[in-house]
Amino acid sequence: MTLPRTPSQTAGPYLAIAMRWADGPLVVPEGTPAAIWIRGRVLDGAGVPVDDAVIETWQPDPDGRFPADPDARPFRGFGRSATDAEGGWQIHTLKPGRIADPEGRLAAPYISAALFARGLLRPVWTRIYFGDEAEANAEDSVLALIEAPRRATLVAEPSADGYRFDIRLQGPGETVFFDV
Amino acid sequence: MLAWGAMMERTIEDGDGSGTTAEAVERVDSPPDLEFDPPYLYPDYVSTRLRAPSSPLVLLPNAMSELTGPVFGRERVQPGDADLTNQHPGEPIGERIIVSGRVLDSDGRPVRDGLVEVWQANAAGRYHHDVDDHPAPLDPNFTGLGRALTDHEGRYGFITVKPGPYPWRNHDNAWRPAHIHFSLFGSQFPQRLATQMYFPADPLFYQDPIYNSIPTEARPRVIARLDMSSAIPEWALAYRFDIVLRGRHATPFEHDDDD
Repeated sequence: MTLPRTPSQTAGPYLAIAMRWADGPLVVPEGTPAAIWIRGRVLDGAGVPVDDAVIETWQPDPDGRFPADPDARPFRGFGRSATDAEGGWQIHTLKPGRIADPEGRLAAPYISAALFARGLLRPVWTRIYFGDEAEANAEDSVLALIEAPRRATLVAEPSADGYRFDIRLQGPGETVFFDV
Repeated sequence: MLAWGAMMERTIEDGDGSGTTAEAVERVDSPPDLEFDPPYLYPDYVSTRLRAPSSPLVLLPNAMSELTGPVFGRERVQPGDADLTNQHPGEPIGERIIVSGRVLDSDGRPVRDGLVEVWQANAAGRYHHDVDDHPAPLDPNFTGLGRALTDHEGRYGFITVKPGPYPWRNHDNAWRPAHIHFSLFGSQFPQRLATQMYFPADPLFYQDPIYNSIPTEARPRVIARLDMSSAIPEWALAYRFDIVLRGRHATPFEHDDDD
């Protein structure tokens, strides 16, 4: 049986009414040992901050286990951050472990991300890789699908308290988006 | 304004000679997507012009990150969250309605314990949000936020008031048809869906680029139907809105006996 899917519509400018959670950015509680902040901005095709977006993240724990795995540590795995007036977003999390890619090879560590906003009739999907994992990134089969100049748009750079990851929706430096 | 054909040309041009694996790349708005979903770029909806990605999407081979998804429990949904008319000392003004339905995936499986979030304008067409400056009254008894978890059959239900249409600045004399925003989670993260539920025969459809961004034949799927069997006599009319998420990606170890 195949049922026709319900079409996507924009979450609109008021998505924060439902999608801004007080604890959304806290994938792990504050004070968790080894936790990192991943922070960034969302910009449109003119470089203007997108102040009405929500980013959602999904990732395994540091052992590479997703929450459904019976062996996983207690870990939410899910983050949600509305952007502020400067387009800024952040999540507080643990660096994910490596998981297998569909060919059974080890992928570089990454966090999956979806972005909803006014003006996005469907979400955009991307991945957050880590700039201090050069060796793992070099052998990652998904990064290898992407032409070298654009690969950097998927790589978060180390910062004072974690990593920085900006999302450019359109134009020069446009983030690589996936068909999931 | 970029016509779809022109965008395709630009996309093909951009994707050429870049060293990208050809089969890994799909056009930004490939025809299969357009059977049910809007394109990213729909110039009549002005906000898409600077927000729609212009480069081809990269087709993602599915790993565990696409075969799993967040699971929410009762801690996310408080008792009473599904009754938007009972979150304040008084009752909101407006036409009380019941909105209910089922959440399924395109393989017909009920989505169980799925988080459903709704948000909407009040009966006067005003959102409880700082950015909304429409000069219509706020209702002190209406926030316009509801949450529910689907049951074993994928069912959900809300009590609310019918939202009003409201003006926006997309084009001259632009008005949004009355709608309720929905956000849904399936069991896999890529099943995520944000959509809007509309009401039958809304005379504002013809001029709404958000509604019209949906391919013609798929538009009826975002319109609820009047559901007299769920109406409560002498209390509230009811609307039925069934939602179909994309099917789950198959997993190598999946058994088809879980429903």
